[in-house]
Amino acid sequence: MSGIGTGYDLYPTTFSPDGRIFQVEYAHKAVENSSTAIGLCCKDGVVFGVEKIILSKMLVEGTNRRVFSVGEHIGIATAGLTADGRRIVQNARQEAKNYENFTSDIIPIHVLTERLSIYVQVFTLYNYIRPFGCSLMIGSYDEEKGPSLYCIEPDSVALGFYGCAIGKGKQEAKTEISKLKLSEMTCKDAVKEIAKILIKTVHDETKEKEMELEMSWVCKETKGKHKLVPKKLIEEAVEWVKGQENEED
Amino acid sequence: MFDLEKDFLYDLSKEVKTGTTVMAVTFENGVIIAADSRTSSGSYAVNRVTDKLTPVQDQIYCLRSGSAADTQIISSYVSYYTNMFSIEEGSQPTVKKAAHMFREFLYQNKQYLHAAIICAGWDPIEGGSVYSLPLGGSIVKQPFATGGSGSTYLYGYCDMNFKENMTEEEAEKFVTYGITEAIARDGGSGGIVRKAIIDKNGVRRKTVYGNKLKKFWEK
Repeated sequence: MSGIGTGYDLYPTTFSPDGRIFQVEYAHKAVENSSTAIGLCCKDGVVFGVEKIILSKMLVEGTNRRVFSVGEHIGIATAGLTADGRRIVQNARQEAKNYENFTSDIIPIHVLTERLSIYVQVFTLYNYIRPFGCSLMIGSYDEEKGPSLYCIEPDSVALGFYGCAIGKGKQEAKTEISKLKLSEMTCKDAVKEIAKILIKTVHDETKEKEMELEMSWVCKETKGKHKLVPKKLIEEAVEWVKGQENEED
Repeated sequence: MFDLEKDFLYDLSKEVKTGTTVMAVTFENGVIIAADSRTSSGSYAVNRVTDKLTPVQDQIYCLRSGSAADTQIISSYVSYYTNMFSIEEGSQPTVKKAAHMFREFLYQNKQYLHAAIICAGWDPIEGGSVYSLPLGGSIVKQPFATGGSGSTYLYGYCDMNFKENMTEEEAEKFVTYGITEAIARDGGSGGIVRKAIIDKNGVRRKTVYGNKLKKFWEK
C-alpha cells in the first residue's frame, strides 16, 4: 500500500494531482475490512442483515450491535468502525428528536439522510478530524410512500437503493441481490434470502470463525416501527438455508 | 384638565397592541378567517385599516392578537422555517406543522412575549384546520376559534350559531356578522372586516367596508 498516495495522503485537506482525496479513500478501506451487512427494500418493508463474526465464546449473544433504531420508524445498519457508526447514529437520533420537537411530525427518511450526509461530509474537510470509517444503510417504511433504503459512504455520498450491501463481501452479496425479484418479495421471504446470502455466499467457514446473524426490519407487519427480527424467524431462516444446502448436494 | 404631556403623549407612547377581534372557522371545503382592522396605541388608533391576516405559507395564514411587534416577528420566523422545511422535504407544509412551530416559539419565550395566535389554513392531508395558540404557549386544534379583546363578546354568538361542515356562504356570514358585532361592542376593535377563504384552490381575500357592515340591535 505504501507508495500509492505518497505525500498526498497525509491529510484530507490535500488533493492528489489526479484529483483524489486519499484519506477518504482509505476510510473506504476501513469499511471493506469489516464483515458484511445487507439491506433489502421489499414490497412491504425494509430488512437489514449483518454477518457478525463471533470473536470469542465468552461474548454474550446479541451484544456488539451493528443495527440501531433512530426514532421509532427508522433503522440504521453499519459496517466499518462500529464506534464511528455509533457516533453518527447518536447524531441521527438528535436530529430526529429536534425535528419532532419543533414540528410535531416524525422526520422523513430522506431529510434525515440528507442531514447525516452533510454531517459526514464535514469530517472530510479538516486535517485535525479524520473522516468516519464506516458506511451506513438507512431504512424506513411509510404507509403512503412505501419502503425506502439509503446508503451513506465515508465520502458522504448518499444514494437510494432497492438492495444494498456494504463490507467485506459486498461484491458477492450485490451479485446475489441482483438476482432477486425485490418488488415481489415480502419481508419474511427477505429474511430467508438475506440469511442465505450471508451464510452461504459471504461467510467463509474455513477461514473465519463462527458467525451470528443480526437482523432487523421495518415493515407493514411491524406497523412501520423498526424492530429486531424475532429470534424464531431467524432460526427458521437458518434451518431453511441448511435445507437448501442439502438439496443442492 | 387635559394635560398635553401627561395624558395625550403618555397615551401615544404606550406599546402598540392589536386590541382586536379575530375569528377562524372550518367549513366543508377549507377555512374562513376574518379580522377587524384597528391597531391601537392606548386610545389612539395607529392604523385603522390594518391587515391582521398574515400569510405564513401559500395556504396557511395566521391571525395575530396581542403585541404587534411580538406577533409580527414570530410569524416571520415561522414563515422562514416552514419555507426551509418544505424545500428540504419537497412537499407543502401542513397547518399542523406551522401551528406547532408557533407553539415552540410562544412557549419557549413565554416570559418575554405577549402574543396569542390563531393558525389556520388548508393542506392536502387534513383539509381545513384551525389551531388556537393562546398566551401561555399551549396549542389546541378546534373546529373554530376566536381571539383578541373583542372575542369575549362572541362566545355566546359562536356557541349558538356554529355548525360543522357549513357551506362557504353560511361560514362567510358567520364570521362577518361575528366581527361586525365585536366591532360594535369592543373599543379595541374597529374599522373594516377583512376576510380570507382558504381552500384547495388557494386563497380569496374579501373586505367589507364600514358603511356596508350590517347593523344589529342599534338605537
